[in-house]
Amino acid sequence: MRYNRHIILSEIGKNGQDKLAKAKVLVIGAGGLGCPVLQYLTAAGVGTIGIVDFDIVSESNLQRQVLYGTSSLGKNKAEAAKTRLEDLNHQISIIAYPEKLTHKNAISIFQKYDIIVDGTDNFATRYLVNDTSIITKKPLVYAGIYKFEGQVSVFNFKKGPSYRCLFPNPPKKGTIPNCSEVGVLGVLPGIIGTLQANEVLKIILEIGNILNRKVLYYNALNNKTNILKIHRSENEIQKVLKSEAIFETLDEEDNCDISVQEISLKELMKKQNFQLIDVREKNENPKIESNKIIHIPLNELEKNIDKLTSEEPLVFFCQAGIKSKRAASKVINSYSLQEGASEIIEYLKTSP
Amino acid sequence: MELSIKYFGLLAEITNCSEENLSFSGKTVSDLKEHLFQKHPTLKLNDFQIAQDNELVENETEIIGIEIALLPPFAGG
Repeated sequence: MRYNRHIILSEIGKNGQDKLAKAKVLVIGAGGLGCPVLQYLTAAGVGTIGIVDFDIVSESNLQRQVLYGTSSLGKNKAEAAKTRLEDLNHQISIIAYPEKLTHKNAISIFQKYDIIVDGTDNFATRYLVNDTSIITKKPLVYAGIYKFEGQVSVFNFKKGPSYRCLFPNPPKKGTIPNCSEVGVLGVLPGIIGTLQANEVLKIILEIGNILNRKVLYYNALNNKTNILKIHRSENEIQKVLKSEAIFETLDEEDNCDISVQEISLKELMKKQNFQLIDVREKNENPKIESNKIIHIPLNELEKNIDKLTSEEPLVFFCQAGIKSKRAASKVINSYSLQEGASEIIEYLKTSP
Repeated sequence: MELSIKYFGLLAEITNCSEENLSFSGKTVSDLKEHLFQKHPTLKLNDFQIAQDNELVENETEIIGIEIALLPPFAGG
């Protein structure tokens, strides 16, 4: 009886309701966007729902985070949401992860679910959610909000683009404020989060058109909506896939903008002299043995800095160009190579 | 040619308008960016993507459309 209004829809029926009951959805962030997403997915009868949030409910959240009340103040959001949602629907399974999503725990949590929902409020976590979705091959229902405006898209769906295909790099620190800094109209995340819940349900039910290869932009002040087409960038996706082997060793800083000089292998080959430094861990493959290369793992760089007194420009490289950026940020007048170890091997084969 | 430029999010605050018409004589998206940076120098400090007739385009893409939109990333959730 609970799902009668779904079942009598010919587009859903008993079959569709069974699909919802079997579905497993992970919601990252139980804030402004996460609350409406969780509320509608729970009411719709999505069988397994995971909630990741380390934050606690504070009074200024209640203006828009509709799962919470004054009795939730001071409680962990994932756990407070679970309590409320279990009252809404006791027939489904709700798992709370009252912890911070990190490079260490992300892959193992994502693997337990079919669809990921991004309700985060900062770029470091957004890029972590995106990259983990690419590695674990899960569709990602994304949204971001700003004051009276929002954007929604579905990434990693049927070989479509990812968040990095839309915005390849995190913005410079401090340039884009979040809701706690500039404010937000309370109903805005309600509208945008409900659009996310709608995309999740359509993916599970296999009905309608998904916001794949498109980003929807909405402005609450004038009710204007734009749908913009986006293209998949194979290069961006491959960069993320390459980082899989070292993914758990990365941290939040790797998802922030680091201003360093980057150089491509093509530009490098035009230079007469340079010193290549491999900053990967000792156990990372493919191994490279060459007298042209010094090997100093990133975490040992500081104590070995005197080995780098070379007159030649220093060029750091690693597997996917993430650790090399960190290295270049520590050493003045150095470069981070855009390519990684496998391209270096090709280069060594062809260079005398 | 006459272009209509829409600024989304923070960019509307930076340029002090959400929409404006602009006369443009360059060729590519890069040229258009240069033109916009001259008009609104603080835009340069911000990250955004450009859409032409509702399709996101690269720097090398030729400007053939009329409707241009500048979309920044949104942090909030």
